[in-house]
Amino acid sequence: MKIKKNVAISESGFIFNPTSGDSFSTNPIGLEIIRMLKDEKSKDEIRKYILSKYMTDDSTFEKDYYDFVMMLQTNQVAEEIE
Amino acid sequence: MKQKITVAVSGLNNIDSPGPGIPVIRALKESKDFDIRIIGLSYETLEPGLYMHDLVDKSYQIPLPSAGIDSLLERIYYIHNQEKLDVIIPNFDAELANFMKIEPLLKSDLGICMFLPTQEQFDERHKANLYEFGEKHRVDVPYSKMMFSTAEIQSISKEFSYPMVVKGKFYDAYIAYNAEQVANYFNKISAKWGLPIIIQEYVFGSEVNVTALGDGQGNAISSVPMRKLFITDKGKAWAGISLDDEELVNIANRVISSSKWRGGMELEFIKTAENKYYLLEINPRFPAWVYLAAGCGQNQPEALVKLALGQNVEPYKVYDIGKMFIRYSFDMIVDLKEFEQISTIGEL
Repeated sequence: MKIKKNVAISESGFIFNPTSGDSFSTNPIGLEIIRMLKDEKSKDEIRKYILSKYMTDDSTFEKDYYDFVMMLQTNQVAEEIE
Repeated sequence: MKQKITVAVSGLNNIDSPGPGIPVIRALKESKDFDIRIIGLSYETLEPGLYMHDLVDKSYQIPLPSAGIDSLLERIYYIHNQEKLDVIIPNFDAELANFMKIEPLLKSDLGICMFLPTQEQFDERHKANLYEFGEKHRVDVPYSKMMFSTAEIQSISKEFSYPMVVKGKFYDAYIAYNAEQVANYFNKISAKWGLPIIIQEYVFGSEVNVTALGDGQGNAISSVPMRKLFITDKGKAWAGISLDDEELVNIANRVISSSKWRGGMELEFIKTAENKYYLLEINPRFPAWVYLAAGCGQNQPEALVKLALGQNVEPYKVYDIGKMFIRYSFDMIVDLKEFEQISTIGEL
């Protein structure tokens, strides 16, 4: 999974897709994940980071991460790495 | 030093379905090369632009398009006598045919310049001919067919699947989900705009539009794509945002190049989930959101004036992406004396 190149992400968590004109806002954790995806971190690396920083467990991370990246993909913010 | 010119502009009905006149004037007022005196041309006494004296220097009523070219010519001669017009920018679809007919005469007799599409360009992009236009200029257009009577609904229902789009020849479009709705919309639209009615294949996706300017030689001087962010119940954009969509700009430029489009235009597309673009409509004049193009760094009305005056215009290369426009309504307080003046002597 990678964030599309031309998608703009601000410090405040505002996301703008200039191709579709859509904009979104995300919370600080979402912003952290998007930044890691932008830096091409793997899912395992993201999991390790989130589990070490936040009080959550592996299955909750798995479910929430899946929901989040699906949302990014549906809204054309992210795409599968070919 | 700026060149002083006088430009007459129509389409001053800045209402919930706004005409392009006021946005065109705002863009012209921001011209870097011209100091422009604006003459408003109006059809109705309640067109808000008539009373916007910070934008419109003087206004004149002109005869409705149905009155024909002789009365239009007579009125333009009178206005020119008062104002010494350099350029006219008509902004209504319904008036373009008359202005196109008198364009050569106004140029040769009075030296008034316009920059309008040719009759052939105007006709071939007509809703009823758009499918053939798409085939000719290699752009996807939803399949469409003309309909002249509700008796044709049965055969249309076999050719198209529901939902389908029922459109008027000038304005109005509705999505019909069954034969009964097709009949209702047929009657509603034909009563207002006449026949034929156009039945168009329904394509699902998001609407994206391009405001553009062609130089008549096959060059796209400017193309700025926009997506509507807020749409009124009349289907008009109340807010929109400029897009970074190279493919859309390329399609628009290809249409301009292939058709050698002359003048301002708006191309309306549907972009599907598979990123395919279908051309829904071509409006043969600037859209009401053309001021966004100026806000993005491509002042299309100014460039049109230069082309009309025979000046060289280089195509714009870049525009700002992610610039938004948001409309608002505004109550002007108008003295009855002004309304009386435009109502009685047709000038303000």
